[in-house]
This record gives sequence, C-alpha cells and structure tokens, in this order.
Amino acid sequence: MAFFVARRLLYLLPVLIAVSLLTFSIASLLPGDLALTILADQATPENLAALRRDMGLDQPIWQRYFIWLGNVLQGDFGRSFRTGQTVLQAVAERLPVSIELMLLAQLGALAIGVPLAIICAARSGGPFDRFMTGTAFGMLSVPTFLSAILLIYLFAVELRWLPATGYVPFAEDPLGNLRFFVLPSLTLALAEWPGIMRILRSDMIATLQEDYISLAKAKGLTPARILFVHALKPSSLTLVTITGINIGRLIGGALIVETIFALPGIGRLLVGAILTRDLIILQGVVLLVAAGFVIMNFIVDLLYAVLDPRIRHGHA
Amino acid sequence: MTGTTLLSVENVVVDLPTPRGNLRAVDRVNLTVGAGQTLGVVGESGCGKTMLSRAILQLLPKKAKLGGRVMFDGQDLVSLDREALRKLRGRSLAVVFQDPMTSLNPVLTIGTQLIETLQAHLELDIAAARKRSVELLTAVGIPAPEQRLTQYPHQLSGGMRQRVAIAIALSCEPKLLIADEPTTALDVTIQAQILDLLAREQRRRHMAMILITHDLGVVAGRTDEVAVMYAGRVVERAPTLALFKKMRMPYTEALLAAIPKLDAAPHTVLPAISGRPPDPTRPIKGCSFSPRCRYAVARCHQEKPGLTEAETPAHQFACFHPIEMPATVPA
Repeated sequence: MAFFVARRLLYLLPVLIAVSLLTFSIASLLPGDLALTILADQATPENLAALRRDMGLDQPIWQRYFIWLGNVLQGDFGRSFRTGQTVLQAVAERLPVSIELMLLAQLGALAIGVPLAIICAARSGGPFDRFMTGTAFGMLSVPTFLSAILLIYLFAVELRWLPATGYVPFAEDPLGNLRFFVLPSLTLALAEWPGIMRILRSDMIATLQEDYISLAKAKGLTPARILFVHALKPSSLTLVTITGINIGRLIGGALIVETIFALPGIGRLLVGAILTRDLIILQGVVLLVAAGFVIMNFIVDLLYAVLDPRIRHGHA
Repeated sequence: MTGTTLLSVENVVVDLPTPRGNLRAVDRVNLTVGAGQTLGVVGESGCGKTMLSRAILQLLPKKAKLGGRVMFDGQDLVSLDREALRKLRGRSLAVVFQDPMTSLNPVLTIGTQLIETLQAHLELDIAAARKRSVELLTAVGIPAPEQRLTQYPHQLSGGMRQRVAIAIALSCEPKLLIADEPTTALDVTIQAQILDLLAREQRRRHMAMILITHDLGVVAGRTDEVAVMYAGRVVERAPTLALFKKMRMPYTEALLAAIPKLDAAPHTVLPAISGRPPDPTRPIKGCSFSPRCRYAVARCHQEKPGLTEAETPAHQFACFHPIEMPATVPA
C-alpha cells in the first residue's frame, strides 16, 4: 500500500509541471499589454519601460517562467496590482465558501442519485426505472442558470422561505450561513444527480449479471444484502471517479452559481480577475485550482484501492 | 432406487426469448433424485444442462419462461414465494458453479462470504460462525484456514477458490447439492481432487447431489444414476452401472467414444462427434440427433422418438434403433 501511494505521488510531478507551464503561457500569451493595463492613462513610454523592467516583462518568456516558478515554489504566487492582496490571501479568503458549496452540493447529489440508482438497477426495465431514466435525461439538459432562477423564484420570491442572494460566514451565524447555501447547493445538486444516477445504475445492472450475484442469491441472502453488500461496492468505481471529478471541478468554484447567488467564492474571484485583466491573480488562482484538481484525482486513485482489493494488491 | 424421492423434476420446460425467436433450452425434462443419491447429468455444451440446474434453483434469467413442476422436499419450487425460496436456498438446496474465478465476490473476504451464508440460515453469533467457517475450510482441504478467512478470492488459486465455493455450499448441511461443471474451469491435475472431495463429502453428509458435466468419464465411478441430455431433452437415463454395461442411445455411445483412451496408440484420431448440435431456435421435426447419427434411417428424420423403457429396470432411452452391443466400461 505504501508503495502504491508513493508511485501515485510520483506520477503527480510531471502533471503539475505541465499544469504550471500551461497556466503561465496562457496568461502570458493573452492579447494586451500588462504594463499598459496597469498604467492606463499614465502610460508614457518612459513609465512603460520602467514598469516592464520592474516586473521583468522585458525578459524572454522562458526566463520569466522560471522566475515565476521559483517564486511559486517558495510560496510566492504574486499579488494583485489592483487590490494589493496576494494570490494566497485572496484564495484563502474565498476557498472556504467554494468548499462548503462543493461539499453540500455533492452530498445533495449523492443523496438523490445513489438511492434512485439502486432502486432502478434492482427493478431495471420496470416502470419506475423507465420513468427515472427519462427524468434524469431531462434534468441533464436543464442548464444551471435556469434551475437557479426557477429555484429563486419558487423559494425566495413566491414562498419567501430562503434568501435569494448573499452570504454570512459560518463562524458568525451557522444557521444563517446554511440558509444562504441551500439554494445554490440545490442548484448544483440538481445538475449533478442525473449523472451520478445514470452511471451507478448502469454499473449496478452490469454487476447484477455477475456469477457472484447468482451465487449470493443461491446462498439465500436477503435482497438488501445482495444489493448493498455484494453489488454496490464493486459497482461504485466509476461513481467515485465522477464524484472526484465533480469535487475537483467545484474546488475551482462554480462560476455561474456563485455569480447568480452572490457567493464570494473562488468562482467569483476568477470572474473578477478576468473582467479586470488581473493576470497575476488569474494565473495564480488557475494554478492552485488545477493543483487541487490533480490532488483530488490522486485521492480518487487511493479510493479505488480501498474499494477493490485487487488494485490494492497490484493484480489489476 | 432406494430411499425417498427428494427432488422430482416434472415436465420442466425452459423457453428463452432471443432476437432470432424462441429458444427452447430445456424440453419436457423429467428427473428424480432420491435422498442421499447422486445423479449425473451429461451432455455437450449448449444441451441445456446448465439451464436445467438454473431452473431447479429458480435462478433463470429474468426473461426466461419456466414450465412444469420442480418438487423438492414436498414443495413445488416453481410456485414458492421469494422469501420461502430464499430460506431454502443455501440452507437445504446448495450449488457450486462452474467457474470459481467469477463465482466468488472479488471485493469481499473469504470469511465474509462464508460467515454471511451461515448467518443467513443458522442462529450463530459471529464467533461461532467463524469457528464453523474454519472447520468447513479444513474439511474441504484448505491449509491455514484462519488466515484464509481474511484473504480475498484473487489471493487464492483456482482450485482453492473452488474448494472455498464448495465449503460455502456445504456450510448449512444441504439436502441437495447441485454441482454445475465444478471442474471444467480447473487444471486437469486439480479436477480429480475436487471431484473426489465432492464425492467424499456427499457420502459423509448423506447429501443428494446432481453432478453436471460434459464428461461421461466423470460420472462413471461417482454417480448412482445418469441422465444424458441432448438439445434440451433427456435422451437416455439409467442407473450408472446399467448404462456403462449397455448403453442404448447412439449419442451416449458417441459421447463415450469421444473420451481419449489412455491405452490408445499415440496420434490416434479421436472419434469426435461430427457436425454441431441443432439450432435450438429452429426445432427439427425428427430426432434431434438424427443429422449427426451414423445409424439414422428415414424414420429418424421424420418422427421424434419418446423415452421408452429398456428391458433392464429403470433404463429409458429415446431412440428407434438402439444399439444392441454392450459398450465398454472406460478405464
């Protein structure tokens, strides 16, 4: 197991290097002159040249990359030329919001998707299965901004049960904090349960054809034990992958949902950085988010080994 | 036949709908197994022997249609409700499947898979179930049984896995064990060991057994009665000794001839049965074996022979022109 973890960790290195290269070149190759953006109306040729020298913009791109990478490795991701905040400060401020949103959304999606998938697989081809498969397909094609607006209309405008937008930190007012998170996480959960249900349902149906399920029936086990103990675990590898990818994606913030519900998460930070051409923030945040994504996938790989002993023992 | 009838299969029909039409996998099969007796069911791949075993266990694919009665221990399994069936399976009716590589759950330990069976049927706490599991693994010849309990199926060889599957089947002292080609997926050297283990446990526990195989040689010394199946039907049925003394159905003879002989000269051509079994979605009018039978005459292609009694007791065969010469008992 230790060897397995070490090997997977080693695989991370080239991926992270590639990510840093891509992030840096995208930010550098964007059209527009960073010095010109910063100086705006004070951009005399002398001022521009001086600023470029200060920021190292007069050096060749590969040198700038190594300087940036060197700083990043020392924990210095740079600071915004607008707010003066460092990238790490900005991310640390926003990350808890995005993580809370991500966790609540995933829990919601799993709570809806997993039980439905199990019932559908156990009665595959039946009326309930056909109805739910159809519903899931329909839900997949509803964009988040639409379900967000519908939920706001129903729960905030008509019923007045929940606030439409806003945020209080959990430490200040735990209950109020959760109230602000209900609608945004529900919006995301509604977008994600159909994928979870469809994947788990089809994997379960395949598992239920296996010989060992026939044997479990021949052993006289109860239907519940067959479904939850014998079929669910071997069927959940793809589910874990999908959940891992969803979590990794949402660490980078849910751009649309955070914007609609005015949640100060990573997504809003990114959108702001793009709109104000704050390239230092942009490249720093993208790098951190990508690293988070890669690490999340590493955790998923470890979970495979927990689920399937054959992977743990290096047989598969 | 001595003792009481434990299992009686009456007019069992299994129909499988396929894209090419209805496939009759089992066609009006009648069989009986007495308590403590062993029945061998022999036939080549696709003759319906596995479907017959699934029909007895009520484990047919969802789409399959089952007709007839399966009387087991005084109850008709076909009309039994799911909960009653669940309590019977694993308890008094157990099975060993063909491929131990796929019949054990890869993500559960050997111990879990044994203990859950015991706890599903017997009032045992976890310690008693563990103790009994160790005894069972010892009984089926698995070394270091305590350690095996914490291991997963992939950590065991094929032969060991089949021993585990047998231990699971034996765990609640069933009255009937169905062994569906239990050695087909195993190395030749392991096959005899597994068959001998099954025979030994069958005698020791006074359990009835249905041994399904494609190898007449396997049933020769190990069964009380043999039923030969072809194209979904039983074509010959007899006490094992009577069958090997005088087989009547040309198909049985052909099956026996297809077993390689130890005393044959090297490079002797094996008398394989030419052709293939008939397409079960296109039933043929006459005897199903007639296209491949070297004794077939015009009548065989026109009419289907029924099972008729031979002059020896309890011997039945479905043939218009049964073989008259005595067959040789295999080495």
